[in-house]
Amino acid sequence: MAELTVIKELNFKSETKPDWCPSCGDFAVLSGLIKALTKLQIEPKDAVTVSGIGCSSNLPGFIRTYGYHSLHGRSIPVATGVKLANPNLKVVVTGGDGDGYGIGVGHFIHALRRNIDLTYLVMNNQVYGLTTGQVSPTSEIGYQTKTTPQGNLEQPINPLALAIAGGATFVARAFSGDPNHMAEVIAQAIEHKGFALVDIFSPCVTFNKVNTYEFFRKRVLKLEEAGHDPANLQQAMEKALMWGDKIPLGVFWRTERAVFDQAKLSKDLPYPADWSGQHGLDDKTFNNLLAELR
Amino acid sequence: MNSKIVDIWIAGAAGDGVQSTSEMLAKIAARCGLHVYIYNSYQSAIRGGYVYAQIRISAKKIRTPSDRWDILVALNTDSIERHKGWVKKEGVLIFNCDRAKAPGGLTGIGIPISEVVSNPLMQNTVFLGAACALTGLPLEKFEKAILEVFGKKSQEVKDANLKAAKEGAGRAKSLAGRFKLPVSDKSHILITGNQALAFGAAEGGVRFYSAYPMTPASGVLHWMADHAAKLGICVMQAEDEISVINMAIGASFAGARSMVATSGGGFALMTEAVGLAAMTETPLVAINVCRAGPSTGVPTKTEQGDLWQVLGAGQGDYPKAVIAPLDVEDCFYMVQHSLNLADRYQIPVLMISDLLLSEHNETLEALDPKRIKIDRGEWAGTNGAGQFLRYLYTPGGVSPRAKPGMPDQYIFTAASDDHRESGTLISDVDTDPVERKKMMEKRMRKMEGILKEMPPNVLIGEPKADLTLVGWGSGCGILTELVARAKEEGKKVNALAIRSVWPFLSKEVAGVLTKAKGVMMIENNFTGQMAKLIRQETGFEIPHLCLKYDGEPFYLESTWPMVQKALKGKAQAREVILTPYGLAEDKG
Repeated sequence: MAELTVIKELNFKSETKPDWCPSCGDFAVLSGLIKALTKLQIEPKDAVTVSGIGCSSNLPGFIRTYGYHSLHGRSIPVATGVKLANPNLKVVVTGGDGDGYGIGVGHFIHALRRNIDLTYLVMNNQVYGLTTGQVSPTSEIGYQTKTTPQGNLEQPINPLALAIAGGATFVARAFSGDPNHMAEVIAQAIEHKGFALVDIFSPCVTFNKVNTYEFFRKRVLKLEEAGHDPANLQQAMEKALMWGDKIPLGVFWRTERAVFDQAKLSKDLPYPADWSGQHGLDDKTFNNLLAELR
Repeated sequence: MNSKIVDIWIAGAAGDGVQSTSEMLAKIAARCGLHVYIYNSYQSAIRGGYVYAQIRISAKKIRTPSDRWDILVALNTDSIERHKGWVKKEGVLIFNCDRAKAPGGLTGIGIPISEVVSNPLMQNTVFLGAACALTGLPLEKFEKAILEVFGKKSQEVKDANLKAAKEGAGRAKSLAGRFKLPVSDKSHILITGNQALAFGAAEGGVRFYSAYPMTPASGVLHWMADHAAKLGICVMQAEDEISVINMAIGASFAGARSMVATSGGGFALMTEAVGLAAMTETPLVAINVCRAGPSTGVPTKTEQGDLWQVLGAGQGDYPKAVIAPLDVEDCFYMVQHSLNLADRYQIPVLMISDLLLSEHNETLEALDPKRIKIDRGEWAGTNGAGQFLRYLYTPGGVSPRAKPGMPDQYIFTAASDDHRESGTLISDVDTDPVERKKMMEKRMRKMEGILKEMPPNVLIGEPKADLTLVGWGSGCGILTELVARAKEEGKKVNALAIRSVWPFLSKEVAGVLTKAKGVMMIENNFTGQMAKLIRQETGFEIPHLCLKYDGEPFYLESTWPMVQKALKGKAQAREVILTPYGLAEDKG
């Protein structure tokens, strides 16, 4: 208990109340993120939450950190710019399955291989909620929505397998029905150096009557209790492909790889966000650049 | 002063070394205090396509490509056929007489390459030696250039090339000095529009640059990547242009001066995020280096066809500025001005360049690093009292900024949804027409301030004239040359070169046009896009449009007759110019 006493109370509470539907899975993600940031003692001023568009992408408005609520599908590029400009910031990207695995999936894949130091929390409810219930890239085959009245024909994306194959260095899954476990997983993801994905089952109580709290409660198992070795790529992939009666939660895959950091290339100079001056180039540098053109 | 222009064309297949040879010649001339203008005509093929470069050299500043050559350096036999008809009086052809003969009526310096050098790759050096002899460019300067180019190679290679250059000069002895240029001790810089934009941006404090490769904007990315580590600029090649602009917006939100450049297709992908920058009041400079569209269009050819795309970028009404630099030198200063405008008004500033402006090399005598100082605009923290409101309603529409890492009291969330002064959303569940109206008006109020800081347009020539030509952006080059030609011929012609595109300097432009005796628009596009903007903003309808949309820029010799027509009152409402030596002739 001694370690608890050094933890400082940090104020992440926003004055804006979330407008999510009562018992939406996203409430648990918001409190899980606040718990994780508090545990890691990251000051609100040094944290940045970046999102796209969707119910879950409203999260930056409900937490007291610097925030950027960007366009649909573009959270990862914005967050990449923030992190590259100021590597001292802790940047957490939040969004949904439509935002990240649908319209923004191209950016997701490139962030994986780049291994930029971002934490990506995807509130995956397998449906488009804000637009009132259309099929999503993670909807299961046969799932009926407004746009798939005869049932979904498309194979859902498997974000965990995709992330492992794509070069992510931290891949995990959590569930809004188990908030303490989720907070622990999010804390590990934030601590991880490199791109960390946490796919979170965050049920939509309004539009998804199939993948409910109850649906997941019956199926989830914890990898850390099942003797899983997150350093084993083959095991990680096998667990990522598990679906059906047993669905794993926890850290699937964790490895170390060089973190993408352009600022390192010019290590004696200030970070882009910290630079200031009346002229971008000193006289000597200016004249050297001019001489290159002679 | 001898102000004659010597036109040297170097032509061959892609991969023959047209570009490297032309740049070497240009560098030699620039180091002799001469002005140079290079225009490359190339295609998207890396090897095998047909390529030529025009190198124009003179003691005076040159502003356009030309229609005719004095010296044709034929790197293959095909190029002799293509260009023989466009020779000026006294023109001289330099060619390999192992493979070809000079066509009848042309003066030729045929050099048997197989006899002169052991390695046929040295042909270009031999020919350059001959060109130097014809123009009186000193061989010592040429030697220095060879040593630089082959610096890392063995002494043997350097010696062989020097010998080859002397051989070439020797073979041209009988015609030496025919196109003698006035060499001096001065040395000019040689720079492209893209380099000027990148160099200017570095001087303007850009510390984040992202891009996706796209002709003809890639030159900016190349300069940035090459200098990034040394200057502390974070340079990102992203997965697409959508990512490019959103990264730059993220970096700017974090506090870095940020810029992106692309061409029309990439700009089309960026446009949603241009509105994002405006909505979140995040400063950004985005450059569209236009090429001939629509769609993939003619990727390696020039056009001024994106004016309305840039004006209409993104959904909704939002404040922005659009600036079209007039020439290479203007690129260096206007990018700095744009960066200051972006920061001072927390808006996207869009710049329009084009292939002609961005990729041609020209000489400048100097660039002044002191002319424009960095101004990052208003930041929070100067008066700490009260609650911080990131989007505070102010008379000028600009609210002091904050950035992540600043003390807790400044914490805010920037949102693409419309919002109140504090940043909380006015959308979804909670709708607020009153605040929405106020916030729209706050943002749009910025336009009044921006209008006062737009760079003046340029009137070329005397205030009173019989004919006023109008152009914009890179069109300034041909306008300047046409006004000069008119003066030589005793005609009263002036020209208005527009670089402030949005907000439009309506009063000033209307003032010039309503007083003019005759007006003709000169634009590198099909519809006369700037003429339409002028009508929209001033009510003045320009009676004659002189247009060109064949992928090539305006050339003096083929444009001048249109001016003569207009002076005689015989110009049609719509006059279209076709490049006279078109690679494919107009058969119908």
